[in-house]
Amino acid sequence: MKANYGYTDGSGDYYITIETEGCLKCTEHDCVDACPQDVFAIIEDDYDDLVAAVVEEHRRSLAYVCSECKPASDPPPLPCVEACPQNAISHSW
Amino acid sequence: MITAGIDVGSKTIKVVILKDGRVTGRGMKAAGLEQAESATVCLRQAAAEAGIKESDIEQIVSTGAGRKAVSQANSQITEVGADAVGTVHVLPEARTVIDVGAEEGRGIKVSAEGKVVDFAVNEKCAAGAGSFAESMSRALEMTLEEFGQISLKSTRSIPMNAQCTVFAESEVVSLLHAETSKEDISRAVHDAIASRVASMVRRVGIEQKVALIGGVAYNPGFVNSLSRSLETEFVIPDDREYIGALGAALVAVERSKGNK
Repeated sequence: MKANYGYTDGSGDYYITIETEGCLKCTEHDCVDACPQDVFAIIEDDYDDLVAAVVEEHRRSLAYVCSECKPASDPPPLPCVEACPQNAISHSW
Repeated sequence: MITAGIDVGSKTIKVVILKDGRVTGRGMKAAGLEQAESATVCLRQAAAEAGIKESDIEQIVSTGAGRKAVSQANSQITEVGADAVGTVHVLPEARTVIDVGAEEGRGIKVSAEGKVVDFAVNEKCAAGAGSFAESMSRALEMTLEEFGQISLKSTRSIPMNAQCTVFAESEVVSLLHAETSKEDISRAVHDAIASRVASMVRRVGIEQKVALIGGVAYNPGFVNSLSRSLETEFVIPDDREYIGALGAALVAVERSKGNK
């Protein structure tokens, strides 16, 4: 499943996409610890699979919460994206 | 087997009761400030319609933004999961589901089995949900029904520049002062909602057939605007606002079997 968490508002699209098929092959779940803002958690989805998800409290404020990892000039690789061995995490902005 | 699905939305609560796979009772009530209490009243209403006692219900699954508030529920399912199951049950050919409620919009790609393949949710922007049309109809001193209907009589497209419901209301007032017709203002509002919903749906992609569910699917102005924006026609089930509750009731059947 491709899970898009986030929102569209007047300033743009702010979605984090998680390919949950990747989570099924992953036992480490390093994305959870890699994020300095605790954006990710491992949840049991509707199909009883343990997958990564964006926590509810951050789903409406991703543009601000993720800004720490996205400096305007010379942005480094995103820690969550780097931490995922399955390349299952991507950001829309 | 008797099961129930309770969909606790941000504005209304819907209940569907299934007996041996057939809908025998339904209930709907404004969510109000006390969701748990409203859900109890709504469940009672549906049970009365079904001619059963609440204790006859073997399994209850809740869904919706307030699903955790339902103390009677044996388990929960997300709105996305419930929409997928409910839609494929009534429209087996549907592969894309668009659910637009009062405060949220959802775009879901589903398999033939009713399993979610991709999904996107817009939980933040009220300008991409039904409450926006409702507040704009109030600004024009019209009922929501009138507001949706007159949009179809518009003869020109006017872009709304405001990106937020708060500013959009003053833009509507400015358009009125500029003697813009109510028909054209109504279309501009519905086009604005549709553009935000379409942006979210394109994230998961369009696969035919496309089902439109949720209470906002009763608004012909919105349906017309979204159809133009996505360049596609929709299949719209009769009881579009109950699809989430139906999905939850169907999941309750499966979970009840699993417990035996």
